[in-house]
Amino acid sequence: MLLWENIQLALEGLRANKMRSLLTMLGIIIGTGAVIAIVTVGGALTQVITAQMRSIGANNVQVTLHPRGGLDFTVGFGGAPPAPLQRDLMTGEMVNRFYTAHHHSIAALALTRPVGSGWAANGEDASIASIIGVNSDFKRVNSVEIVSGRFIGEGDGLYAVISHHLAQELFPQSDPLGQKIRIDIGENTDFFAIIGVYEHTAMSLPFLGMGNNAAGHNDLYIPISAAGMMAEDGQGFQSFVVMAEDGVDIDGFVAQIIDFFSPLYAHNPRFTVAALPMATILGVTETMMAAISIAVAVIAGISLMVGGVGVMNIMLVSVTERTREIGTRKALGATNAAIRLQFVAEAVIICAIGGAFGVILGIVLGYAGSLFLENPVLPPLSIIFIALGFAMAIGLFFGYYPANKAAKLDPIEALRHE
Amino acid sequence: MIIKMTNIIKKFFEGTDNQLCILKGINLSIGAGEFVSIIGQSGSGKSTLMNILGALDRPTDGEYLLNSKNIADMSDAQLSDIRNRQIGFVFQTFNLIPRSTALGNVELPMLYAGTKAANRKNHAKHLLEMVDMADRANHRPNQLSGGEKQRVAIARAMANNPDILLADEPTGALDSATGRMIVDIFHKLHKQQGKTIVLITHNKELAAETQRIITLHDGEIAGETT
Repeated sequence: MLLWENIQLALEGLRANKMRSLLTMLGIIIGTGAVIAIVTVGGALTQVITAQMRSIGANNVQVTLHPRGGLDFTVGFGGAPPAPLQRDLMTGEMVNRFYTAHHHSIAALALTRPVGSGWAANGEDASIASIIGVNSDFKRVNSVEIVSGRFIGEGDGLYAVISHHLAQELFPQSDPLGQKIRIDIGENTDFFAIIGVYEHTAMSLPFLGMGNNAAGHNDLYIPISAAGMMAEDGQGFQSFVVMAEDGVDIDGFVAQIIDFFSPLYAHNPRFTVAALPMATILGVTETMMAAISIAVAVIAGISLMVGGVGVMNIMLVSVTERTREIGTRKALGATNAAIRLQFVAEAVIICAIGGAFGVILGIVLGYAGSLFLENPVLPPLSIIFIALGFAMAIGLFFGYYPANKAAKLDPIEALRHE
Repeated sequence: MIIKMTNIIKKFFEGTDNQLCILKGINLSIGAGEFVSIIGQSGSGKSTLMNILGALDRPTDGEYLLNSKNIADMSDAQLSDIRNRQIGFVFQTFNLIPRSTALGNVELPMLYAGTKAANRKNHAKHLLEMVDMADRANHRPNQLSGGEKQRVAIARAMANNPDILLADEPTGALDSATGRMIVDIFHKLHKQQGKTIVLITHNKELAAETQRIITLHDGEIAGETT
């Protein structure tokens, strides 16, 4: 009963001091808004990234060299993993034998051999391109979308598949199909005939604003055999991706991969072979993104704490200003608890109203931010309640000290206060 | 006896070099329904006596029985309850809550007593009618004159129908005509409702109108006239 009266009383007080109330709330508004906006954008970003990774294929398993000694593939502070030498790499012969042994489980097997960054040129027009040797299965495994012509096939010669973006840049007026482009990497120069143009959608993150260099947009694919001639670092593979047939048990398949490669690497002191299903990578990514979101939200939460200190400051001023009122209330029969409740309620209400404004701000900012990620979302209801609850808890925590100070005032002293 | 003080002593800064003995053994009895005034020079201990009478303060020594209960033994919460239900304060400077309306101010003691909102409002309106302030119920203190403020304050003091009204220089901040009107309200409450009223004043003419005058000097009762 007294609580409702105190809420009304606090609202009256806030109305009487609009400017001061607003300034006091500002810290809470910004803090709550920041928490909600960050969680919203973090959630949207996670969705975008996982959706893109998922589009690559849930059945994909990455088979990769793995340094012995417990280094995780998400190498962090332990320093870079040792670089594999030529003799450590998986050979084409190993991969062939693996394919033959498990072809009934394998829908596609993508081999890549990065050649490096070079220039792709049509006469005087040149553009930076990342040259990657691939086999024909690369298209299926990586969801490459061909817009004209065809992708690299088995046994292709000096053919190239370029991005739509590169095609527009090098051949603004004419059809690029069948045209020759010059590829310069270091000292090497080779001419390739364009057989296809692709539109790379997967793994493109528009918000990173990388323009021409956006991931995938300047990849130029050539047959892996041609790449083997251009690359200087030998014939092996550090990793490849296999797409399992639908209905194949991924965990069992992973075990089969390990069973196949482990004996081959039994005598290698530095490397073994690991098989990472996309689902695992996805899970790790999601966990990491969630952890980052939470960490940043906690940092934003600190600004809420700072806002709380502002509330405490104003409450202390308010108690001093209203000393005489407190004395009067005590003379009229207010208990210490009633006075404490009055001031705590006031602090909590400042924070609740500030929190409510902050929620609105956070939703707007979060929506704008996620719109920028091309994945507009609203914050989950739970985070709104958590943020509001946290803001009110801040009010409770920082309001208690001033309220207790008010409650403990000696009524005689307080009544005498000028 | 509604008030019975026996050998009340009040010391400040006890145990230090600055120790002050403000009340030096007050013996005072006030019967139910009496209208008593306490007069004295400033520094005579009037305010300290008033604070103890009003259960705002505890005596250093001695016994104060209010309705046969010893105030000295009570907890802070019990004292709050005594102030809330048994005593009505009227101050020299009115002490209305500036942000609340006249009605809100009168409701306040009932709020702390836990009265339901609807009853509170009705009773507060009734009390404001009693002091001819019904038409000012929704005005804030800064929209009221001194006399109007004091009338609201009296209505507020009466809110929980206390046994005792304690008025500390209630006319001190008012002109004589307005002061006259305020004292008349006290007389009316005394006669019509049988309230016990303790009026602390330095105005000897107003004091002379009461049933008994107690003169305080240097922390002791220097004389009583009836």
